[in-house]
Amino acid sequence: MEFQFANVLVFLLLGAITAGLMLGLGWLLRPANPESRKLSTYECGEPPSGSAWINFNIRFYLIALVFLIFDVEIAFVYPVTVAFREYVLQGRGLLVLTELFVFVGILFVGLIYVWAKQDLEWLKRVARPS
Amino acid sequence: MQQFADYLLDEGILAGLPKSLGYALVIAFFAFVLLNFIMLVAGVTSWLERRVWARIQSRVGPNRVGPQGAIQWLADGIKNIMKEDIVPTAADKPLFKAAPYLAMIGFFGAWACVPFGDGLIIADLNVGVLYITAVTGLVVVGILMAGWSSNNKWALLGGMRSAAQIVSYEIPAAIAVNAVIVLTGTLSMQGIIRAQGWAPWNWFLFDNPFTFVAFFIFFVALLAEGNRTPFDLPEAESELVAGAFTEYSGLRSLLFFLVEWGNLYIIGALCTSLFLGGWQTPHFTDNGFVLGLVQFVVFFLKSYFLVFVAMWIRATLPRVRVDQLMSLCWKYLVPISFVNLLGAMLWVVAFPHGFLPARLGMFLFGIMVTIYFLMRVAFHLRRARPEMSWNPIA
Repeated sequence: MEFQFANVLVFLLLGAITAGLMLGLGWLLRPANPESRKLSTYECGEPPSGSAWINFNIRFYLIALVFLIFDVEIAFVYPVTVAFREYVLQGRGLLVLTELFVFVGILFVGLIYVWAKQDLEWLKRVARPS
Repeated sequence: MQQFADYLLDEGILAGLPKSLGYALVIAFFAFVLLNFIMLVAGVTSWLERRVWARIQSRVGPNRVGPQGAIQWLADGIKNIMKEDIVPTAADKPLFKAAPYLAMIGFFGAWACVPFGDGLIIADLNVGVLYITAVTGLVVVGILMAGWSSNNKWALLGGMRSAAQIVSYEIPAAIAVNAVIVLTGTLSMQGIIRAQGWAPWNWFLFDNPFTFVAFFIFFVALLAEGNRTPFDLPEAESELVAGAFTEYSGLRSLLFFLVEWGNLYIIGALCTSLFLGGWQTPHFTDNGFVLGLVQFVVFFLKSYFLVFVAMWIRATLPRVRVDQLMSLCWKYLVPISFVNLLGAMLWVVAFPHGFLPARLGMFLFGIMVTIYFLMRVAFHLRRARPEMSWNPIA
């Protein structure tokens, strides 16, 4: 297994080295005539108005939150599914299935709650205070 | 591959060398071979994709450089190397420069676990599927970093969309894989392929109705993760200039596109090894070399067919809106994939050793769907005006 992981490490490095070599080759070959207008931020040819580092749409945070919960759940589902066949062959399949059913069920209640709260809609309709 | 390295060290050309040095040489050699293969596949895909779109849309496409434009990708690469590299003054320079590296690292890492044949795999990890899911996540970080560091409104929007999209679609993809894992009980890519057979009814695609559904969920989710049309919102040319890559020029943008086109093959390879039987061929000869070659060709053709399907989809479908994208994921794919997983587990409880009639039934169903689909295509081809008719050779 160490051999396999050494390979993986080599491949991760290979990605960086390839990118580095290509950029290095480009650095040797390409022209470099920087100029202030060339280096300005592209905004359809107009002078850029302000910075782009702003508070962006809060939807993205919500998606990230919901994702985080589901991702943790997936991390827990993987070991169960890997060992599931063993359990079935030992005759304990239904027990494991029930447990996973409860596990997924709890999460599903959460999903339904988020859905009912309209947090999955890109444009949430908020009732105006009267 | 370790056996191969041991063989070379014991009686092959590396005999007499220290073990660690021999291993390092073998690893470096295969890394170099695969590096060339990756570049070739990504490059040829970029040319072929443009040709295929052009044909589907009744255009010609690049056909000047080389026979039928076959080395257009090489010309594009050389052109991009010669282009000036522009880093905007307003950008966050270290992050801006680091972003392509991260994308490339994630992309190359995934290749280490792609099985090309029996024994033809760089690293057969026992956590293979999980590893690929994890390491392709690095590409997202690269794109998000590119979008944020550019200090450009288009780039920021593209990067944010990309992160939200890839992150959301990771859930149905990861859950759909589990429908296969419950059948095999292993996460190793080779283990999953060995559990299938060469015959289509032994593929996991037709194993039971749940894996059949899982395949389509997986393919759609991977298309979205690879930023492919109809989900190419992060880099929507007609609305966001070039999305997260707006400020990137020359070689740096080329690296991102290399990742995109290379990922296309990884999508095909993943679907092939998990659902379509991978490199499995009948054991028709004892000659290991011939068998390995045939396995490689079979695997390549299967996965390239899926790449072709992805190109076909890109040439056919319009782009979805961002709210449609999110509702497709969270309201359809996520619930369906979870129900599908529970169904697949129930199936394993009911039939721990597989159920042949169901396999044959699913296979027949698959054939019927294909025939119906081909009839639809033929119908539309007949109805098309003669000047729109499609001739693959012309």
